[in-house]
Amino acid sequence: MKLQEYTESKHNFEECMKCTVCTAYCPVLQVNPRYPGPKQAGPDGERLRLKDPFFFHYALKYCMNCKRCEVACPSDVKVADLIQAARIKYDRSKPKLRDRILASTDFMGSLARPFAPVVNGVTGLGVTKTLLDATLKIDRNRTFPKYSGRSFERWLSRREKEQAAFPEQVSYFHGCYVNYNFPQLGKDLVKVLNALGVGVRLLDKEKCCGIAMITNGMTEQATRHAQHNVAVIGKAVAEGRKVVTTSSSCTLTIREEYPNLLGVDNAAVRDSLMIATRFVFEKLERGATLRFRPDFHKKVAYHTPCHMEKLGWGVFSEKILRMIPGVEFTLLDSNCCGIAGTYGFKKENYAASQAIGAPLFDQIRTINPDVVACDCETCKWQIEMSTGYAVANPISILAEALE
Amino acid sequence: MNHNEFDVIIIGGGITGAGTQRDCAMRGLRTLLIERSDIATGATGRNHGLLHSGARYAVNDPESAEECIKENMILRRIASHCVEETDGLFITLPEDDLGYQQTFVEACRKAGIRAEIIDPDLARRLEPSVNPDLIGAVRVPDGSVDPFRLCAANMLDAKLHGGQVRLHTEVTGFIREGDTIRGVHTRNRTTGEEADYYAPVTVNACGIWGQHIAELAGVRIGMYPAKGALLVFAHRVNNRVINRCRKPSNADILVPGDTVCIIGTTSTRIPFEECDHVAVTPDEVTLLITEGAKMAPALSSTRILRAYAGVRPLVSADNDPTGRNISRGIVCLDHEIRDGLKGFVTITGGKLMTYRLMAEIATDTVCRKLQVNKTCQTADTPLPGSEERSYEAVAQKIWETPSMAQKAAAARLGTRASSIQTHDRLDEALICECEEVSVGEVNAAIERLDASTLTDLRRRTRIGMGTCQGEFCACRAAGLLAKAHGCVEKERDDLANFLQERWKGNFPIGWGDTLREAEYTQWVYKHVLGL
Repeated sequence: MKLQEYTESKHNFEECMKCTVCTAYCPVLQVNPRYPGPKQAGPDGERLRLKDPFFFHYALKYCMNCKRCEVACPSDVKVADLIQAARIKYDRSKPKLRDRILASTDFMGSLARPFAPVVNGVTGLGVTKTLLDATLKIDRNRTFPKYSGRSFERWLSRREKEQAAFPEQVSYFHGCYVNYNFPQLGKDLVKVLNALGVGVRLLDKEKCCGIAMITNGMTEQATRHAQHNVAVIGKAVAEGRKVVTTSSSCTLTIREEYPNLLGVDNAAVRDSLMIATRFVFEKLERGATLRFRPDFHKKVAYHTPCHMEKLGWGVFSEKILRMIPGVEFTLLDSNCCGIAGTYGFKKENYAASQAIGAPLFDQIRTINPDVVACDCETCKWQIEMSTGYAVANPISILAEALE
Repeated sequence: MNHNEFDVIIIGGGITGAGTQRDCAMRGLRTLLIERSDIATGATGRNHGLLHSGARYAVNDPESAEECIKENMILRRIASHCVEETDGLFITLPEDDLGYQQTFVEACRKAGIRAEIIDPDLARRLEPSVNPDLIGAVRVPDGSVDPFRLCAANMLDAKLHGGQVRLHTEVTGFIREGDTIRGVHTRNRTTGEEADYYAPVTVNACGIWGQHIAELAGVRIGMYPAKGALLVFAHRVNNRVINRCRKPSNADILVPGDTVCIIGTTSTRIPFEECDHVAVTPDEVTLLITEGAKMAPALSSTRILRAYAGVRPLVSADNDPTGRNISRGIVCLDHEIRDGLKGFVTITGGKLMTYRLMAEIATDTVCRKLQVNKTCQTADTPLPGSEERSYEAVAQKIWETPSMAQKAAAARLGTRASSIQTHDRLDEALICECEEVSVGEVNAAIERLDASTLTDLRRRTRIGMGTCQGEFCACRAAGLLAKAHGCVEKERDDLANFLQERWKGNFPIGWGDTLREAEYTQWVYKHVLGL
């Protein structure tokens, strides 16, 4: 190699020109003065941390990992990765019981599912919320997602033969939310893909993508999940199938966080994993057709989740929605809803979380849509709780519009 | 007693002058230090910042090696906030003679330097950036030292002991009565104001510029300026000092210091006229990167921040006019004995590492001449700021939960970090984002450390030393200086000078991200701020 032909640094921190665009775009910094901001916490702080881990600052935990700094950065500095990597490397505080509970989405899901009606009833009670607030510091204003009595995995495995009959197959990384809380989204995806002549299969026992474990300091568990998921996705890919998803955050985690934060090599599967709207869009581009209900009419406002912006794929969901006859489409301004997964559930973050989301909520109220479309389940909880408007995945809206 | 009369005048605000002033002041003398520019502008601030274990000199110059290791251990005690106890490695690469290692280790042991041969595998684990092809490694107690901080702390302590300091003040001539130096004529280079100061002894501690001062006094010292060029990399690649285990040569020391690491040096004889304007040549840059990458391969693809060069004050050991007999050791000349000129002492040679010993020798000479019978205390008394062993301890004592900037301030100022004013949130705002320097810290440097320009501030606080090289901090700090001086016009010129000086260091390595950043800086200052 020629000397100084190019320069490199961890997560590109040396590319930072100090332009401060990331700081201007950071939603947390606008509402929480205790947060040092992405530039200071990321590339600036990294130089000090390389000197001595002593310079690691606990306030880095206020980062939501929304990645808006990275989208804004003109120099391709992986600002959020720097911050999360620093937390993984230097934060020696053990995750609290609350953080473990919030982060173990699939474990909690498998526990709650058999008793779903009871669990749903209990978590909905005011007294439970007060108790959780006081004991675990889970904010009392939060509404817990309801659990479903039957898992999506069970529903789909009963249709294995029927799905195998389609000429083309994809595997579906459904994620915890679809499996335990909202199987309907998975069913909607199956309906859409079947209409395109594509059968849907499960992976060979997927695990939670681990995003909440990463942000809650459970790196070892997250790494184990990552290795497992890369292996099972790899198996599907090796058999010639694409793998689709319906959650933008699961997708980002598997594609980006696995190699960048957990050091898990996903090169063999990365390009085969994509959000379902992109898969559908590409199918339609190549000539596939869908038959729509003639009587469908809906005013849809699309919120691009931060992680969808980071993936650069918001455009696919937008195109799909715009294409549906009878959809009156509005693209909402680029704003963070403020929940950032488990972040907004924590009592200490609740106020910041709602303040961050306020501009988005205001715009939704002004537009007054029939439904808000969005590819992220936690954005959905946040928007539904904060505005009262129903939120649906673009795939569900598409499924509803099909004949 | 007249206000311009002192017991001793020290010319030169480098580490030797500052150390000598501290020693003299601690022995009860009334001292005045005169510096034509700012603290640590010469060789003091233009080297690696290596806390030598002495190992580098062990084979060829055992006397210097012994001095180094003794002073090394002393500085760890008295200057903890200026020193990083990083440890160091002397590595043997495949092209080096492994046989030298034995000679080296034996010489180290003779000089009293702990030198431990370690397995190359252990070396790779201790210092992951090291060239993995190494075939041998020796561990020595090297470290790094911040020369600006060390110089400022010595001067501050001298002031706490009643010493006076005149910066940006030039000695224009000597007040001589017969064969005795009685004092100096000076001119303030900022205000043009002229003043005379009197003392029975004047110490010439001007490094390479000492020859000129000696000439003004009417005596001759044979000095030989040797330029050494260095490169600053934008972040720490290594956390231990890396040296080549071979006969000392070019670019064979890589020192981690604060947020950066520094490779050097070269050695070129230069004419005296060039001492004030040394520039780094493309050949030197190439040599430094090439050789540096042999020790730590990552250097070939690590962003470079700037290039700079210093001038070593090599002195002929006696009156040898050919200059062949050059010493790197300490030279203290009592010109009364040597030249029959009373009241004039030159302290030179030596190195940053041995400044305290040089100061002790010079002060002993001064005390002998003044017939003052006081012993040196500088080896045992911590410098102001160094009363705690570590910055962790400092930060914990001052703040319950220190911010990033407060942690950084504790590392820079030691216990003196407690003197930073934090009246309101503005004092906590950042001036320098790269190095985390707050408004309070900059104001403290203006008020208590005699900083009058942006460059002075840089040496005392590290503003402008980070990756942005002054892009954001310069105009903010200029605002504080303008407020302190009540003059905007002058500060605008200072700002332009500062940016020009930063560019001077960027220019020799002006490519890649550093060039991009420099262009951005120019865009901000020229096109947005209209400078």
